Amino acid sequence: MKSPTFVGYKTMVRKELVRIFRIWSQTLLPPVITMSLYFVVFGGFIGSQLAPIAGYSYMQYIVPGLVMMTIITSSYMNTVSTFYFAKWQHTIDEILVSPMPSWVVIAGYVTGGVLRAFLTGFLVVIVSLLFTHLVISNIFILFAAAFLTSILFALAGIVNAIYAKSFDAISIVPNFVLTPLTYLGGVFYSISLLPPLFRHISLANPILYMVNAFRYGFLGVSDVSMVHCFAVMGGFTLVMLIWVLVLFKKGAGLKK
Amino acid sequence: MTPAIEIEGLKKKYWKGKVVTTEALKGVSLSIPKGEFFALLGPNGAGKTSLISILAGLGTKTEGTVVVNGVSIDKDPDTAKSFIGLVPQEFNFSIFEKVLDIVIDQAGYYGITKAEAMPYAKEILTALGLWEKRNDQAQTLSGGMKRRLMIARALIHKPEILLLDEPTAGVDVELRRSMWEFLKDLNEKGTTILLTTHYLEEAEQLCRRVAIINHGEIIEEGSVKELLGKLHITTVLLDTVESLTEAIMQLLRGEPLVREDENTLKLTLGPGGTMNEAFRKLSSVGVHVTNVRSMGSRLEEVFIQLIEKKDAKDATA
Ligand SMILES: Nc1ncnc2c1ncn2[C@@H]1O[C@H](COP(=O)(O)OP(=O)(O)O)[C@@H](O)[C@H]1O
Ligand SMILES: [Mg+2]
Repeated sequence: MKSPTFVGYKTMVRKELVRIFRIWSQTLLPPVITMSLYFVVFGGFIGSQLAPIAGYSYMQYIVPGLVMMTIITSSYMNTVSTFYFAKWQHTIDEILVSPMPSWVVIAGYVTGGVLRAFLTGFLVVIVSLLFTHLVISNIFILFAAAFLTSILFALAGIVNAIYAKSFDAISIVPNFVLTPLTYLGGVFYSISLLPPLFRHISLANPILYMVNAFRYGFLGVSDVSMVHCFAVMGGFTLVMLIWVLVLFKKGAGLKK
Repeated sequence: MTPAIEIEGLKKKYWKGKVVTTEALKGVSLSIPKGEFFALLGPNGAGKTSLISILAGLGTKTEGTVVVNGVSIDKDPDTAKSFIGLVPQEFNFSIFEKVLDIVIDQAGYYGITKAEAMPYAKEILTALGLWEKRNDQAQTLSGGMKRRLMIARALIHKPEILLLDEPTAGVDVELRRSMWEFLKDLNEKGTTILLTTHYLEEAEQLCRRVAIINHGEIIEEGSVKELLGKLHITTVLLDTVESLTEAIMQLLRGEPLVREDENTLKLTLGPGGTMNEAFRKLSSVGVHVTNVRSMGSRLEEVFIQLIEKKDAKDATA
């Protein structure tokens, strides 16, 4: 294929990939190290003292959630940092003056986020195999959940970067929103173990549905139904997509 | 023939919250035919960058219409953008990237593959003296080279219209001349060029047509020749026999005469002014003129005069 649109898209993706591998010690290595620590401390030291959940060892139970955590952080961090940096350095102008339609530009950035999420997710899965063994009960659900979630957070990263007016503003959401929601999103426990009140509050956390869908893809167990999971993931992705499209259309935070 | 650029009633306001901080463009209309070499001349803050940014798709407009090669930037912005190459006022490439990559990636955004773009990239980088530097990071380039890199990047998709925002700011004299030659050549080969400058010699040397912009309004537009002719500004130097003392200058007050040195007066003649009056006055105070030297009339003076006239009018209004 050689349509101008496709060439533009390919150019963007190539630049993203080059960047991810060039600064691999900032993009690929950190999640591998962080997650290895989780595996050692939670899975190994603490997990060995705990009873199995839904027939799986604690280590096996938390691996899918931790991989999902990696996917969320990586996709978000990739778009928020490349996009904000492009804004800060004004290199975004190179793209804005070009005839590439907005949706192609958005697709290019999102693809960068998704690729980094899959790369880091894959590395973390490999590392987890040093600690435990994994089963895959539904590969379609596994990939669909990873794919939708990484698109969703790549889009969210763009929104954050468009509104951001300083480097501080791009770390607020990851620190004060993403991390708490992920920790409380059933990565480390099944919400069926919680008192009813907290169980109900947890159901309002969208990340819970992503973690559970992903865990279902691996282990075949989930706290919530897959229909709900995919409705939540699809719904939020759609909202983010529309938000990004509207921001591009208005040129808010991008054009003078 | 459709003009390359057609601007009607263009307004641009900058907002801070709900408050308008600046009205950068107050209803600008311009028509630039294809093949033109056009200068937008104006002091700092006149609105030049605002206008260029809107044309290139980097800025939003508040009001008015902009049509590029017959394509409205409202109806089909992507097609309109495909006709334009932009050399912005500020550097806006990634300083960590290599020179050739910057140019090739830009081609990619315009739908041109690396293989297709390579021969032309080589040609323009060579013409601009950057081919030897192609594998160097952009941050290692000098200011003039960075500017030329942006010219190469703007030309990689062979645009019909080239916009340059103060292209020679911070470029040394030698390099400025060679850049002018490059642009002249480009224009002769058919590219329409619109450049902004507050550097008058540039407009005079390069451009056929000039619009003077100040405080967001076009205050004059025409060919360089017309502009000069219209205002009939002539400056002459008069060599005098008598020394031009303080006392003599007192007597000459109110005349368009300025003391240049001990024995030289500068006479500026506006539209309709004749030298006779000045001579009559001079002989009445006993000053004899031995020689008259013409200084011609320069765009510089036209420009200053226009802006002063406009500002004076604003002040009284
Ligand atoms: N992003 C902006 N926000 C607010 N005001 C601006 C912005 N850019 C330019 N201005 C103001 O608009 C006016 C015109 O600026 P500009 O178009 O840059 O002029 P020029 O390029 O002729 O120097 C100036 O008063 C400037 O301060
Ligand atoms: Mg400017």
